[in-house]
Amino acid sequence: MSEKTPPIQATKMMKKLMADHFLALDRAAAEGSPKVAWCTSVGPAELLIAMGFEVYYPENHGALLGATRMATDTIPVANALGYSPEICSYLTADVGAFLKGITPLTKAYGIKGVPKPDVLVFNTNQCRDVQDWFEWYGRHFNVPAIGVRTHRGVGEVRDYMVADVAQQIKDLIPTLEQVSGNKFDIDRLREVVGLSKQCTEQWRAVLEYGARVPAQMNFFDHTIHMAPAVVLRGRPEAIEYYDTLLAELVEREKAGYSAVPGERIRLYWDGMPVWGRLRMLAELMNELKAAIVCSTYCNSWIFGAFDANDPFESMARAYTELFIVRDEAYKENYMLEHVKRYGCQGIIFHDAKTCPNNSNSRYGLPQRFAEVHGVPSLVINGDLNDLRCFSDEQAKTNIEAFVEQIEEAAA
Amino acid sequence: MFFGGIDIGASATKAALIDDSGRLLGSAVLRSGVDFTGSAAKGMEMALAQAGLEAGQVEGVFACGYGRKNAAMAQETRTEIACHAAGAYHHFPQALTVVDIGGQDNKIIKLNAQGLRTSFKMNRKCAAGTGAFLEEMALRLDLPLESLNGLAEKATEEATLGAFCTVFTATEVLSKIRDGVKIEALVKGLFRSVVKRVMEMDIFEGTVIMTGGVAAHNPYLAEMLSLELGREVLLPPLPQLNGAWGAAILARDFRARQLASE
Ligand code: SF4
Repeated sequence: MSEKTPPIQATKMMKKLMADHFLALDRAAAEGSPKVAWCTSVGPAELLIAMGFEVYYPENHGALLGATRMATDTIPVANALGYSPEICSYLTADVGAFLKGITPLTKAYGIKGVPKPDVLVFNTNQCRDVQDWFEWYGRHFNVPAIGVRTHRGVGEVRDYMVADVAQQIKDLIPTLEQVSGNKFDIDRLREVVGLSKQCTEQWRAVLEYGARVPAQMNFFDHTIHMAPAVVLRGRPEAIEYYDTLLAELVEREKAGYSAVPGERIRLYWDGMPVWGRLRMLAELMNELKAAIVCSTYCNSWIFGAFDANDPFESMARAYTELFIVRDEAYKENYMLEHVKRYGCQGIIFHDAKTCPNNSNSRYGLPQRFAEVHGVPSLVINGDLNDLRCFSDEQAKTNIEAFVEQIEEAAA
Repeated sequence: MFFGGIDIGASATKAALIDDSGRLLGSAVLRSGVDFTGSAAKGMEMALAQAGLEAGQVEGVFACGYGRKNAAMAQETRTEIACHAAGAYHHFPQALTVVDIGGQDNKIIKLNAQGLRTSFKMNRKCAAGTGAFLEEMALRLDLPLESLNGLAEKATEEATLGAFCTVFTATEVLSKIRDGVKIEALVKGLFRSVVKRVMEMDIFEGTVIMTGGVAAHNPYLAEMLSLELGREVLLPPLPQLNGAWGAAILARDFRARQLASE
């Protein structure tokens, strides 16, 4: 087992891809062509790409604001505007940044501002906040904010749900044709859905490296390397990227590397990343020799149902099947299956103050895991972006004590 | 053989020295202040003087608490959760629910009959139910902190305070003062609020032990919790020293394991 793990080389390629992505968006916004669509991270991006839009993902921007900790200064701006500190801090960080006229894209890529949208397309499968968020920009830019309103708390995904969502996706087409000036082409959509499917399968394969003992990648690596699966799926670049990364992972495993040198403990992470504290948490986990090998969050960009032969129905199914859309029983089974498959000894639930949708500790799930399945868990209070809701000290003590508890029990 | 424990909390630093039977030989409690390293050294010095020992005679020292990384004399650190658990189990070797009410946070720690931790919880980032809450309220009521326990104990009535948040409670207290509610009744209401915050945190099983500085200075809280829970709530001999004592116990057990494997 290696004591020091060299950095993943593919990261450089990813940085270039991300730069190209944002520069293309910036150019499109400046030139007015191709048209720019803003889209929620969980679709329906494939339709937008197929219709010739450059696609921009505000949630990705929200995460960048969090990771750079610019969010700390921008959230209060939106709060003052009447957007509560209790609602999505991607929304408040992003709207606040826009009003302040700042963006992390400037420092990273020399881009002045976010690309002006020609249309905004949301999917409420994850939450209602995205709709309110996109509608704010819709009013500001006077452009259409349209979307898909998905079923929530879904147990079994039923055909009527799929038919409904598929129809809603189809209903977006006239507006998208009008805004883009392009005619919808089913063959192009099939092609994009096929590419997304490939990307999804590769991302799944990358995540599987967490199941190795010792894990080859951990949650913190995943939060970085998921970017192409989020913002470039449906495009060949994402597939090339994961080909490169997967080839490197094969070599790294042969070389005996591990994500956390000297791995002693394996954990599951549920909930959003604390973007502004990823480094601190990664260092803490390294110190404790504890690897977070699997997470609900990074698994969310696996859209297994995509099928090029049946693009609308399969998109509807893929976007409805997601963890965040499902009921409590499904979530419990899903997590249990992953805890077992990845050999996790415990679960860390991040209860994010401003995202109830990704906080799964609020209805007794940790207690059920302990009592019914014998899996111990820890709940840490925090937030994705709003560091006013996070205490380094409490998080550290909690995590350290949790690792102690697992080690004591194992001894 | 002698072992030491040092618990550098947000408000107070506690030091304990024990022999290998776990008996307390010397201890100290002092304010943590802004120099955690200095307070830790001073605390240990005071405990050594009381025990009549030299630093060189101590086989191992473990540190816990917010300032645990600042204790230069400690070989290892453990969280205060592990140390409070070890301290409580030393005095009451059975399945326990340990309630530690600290200056800045509350903890509920559950141990099985073998003393193994099965779960723990720390309160959220909020002063509700902690020592900081009582300090703030004493200040508002213009009362010395030490007088709270006696006042609560002799209250014949109790003011109902419903709010979760310290600031809201302060407002409630003001309106009660305006309504002429007696000071004893108010203080008892504040104690009830601490007890409620603690009870909301978890389910209580086994023997309940209350530890920490707040319990040490306000033992009436344990009585109130006991009445609410309908089960006995016990205090270890020196509740405030429990974490430091537990840290010393862990240092002793660590050394014993080392010796066994040599
Ligand atoms: S799911 Fe949570 S973090 Fe994502 S947009 Fe909705 S509220 Fe925000």
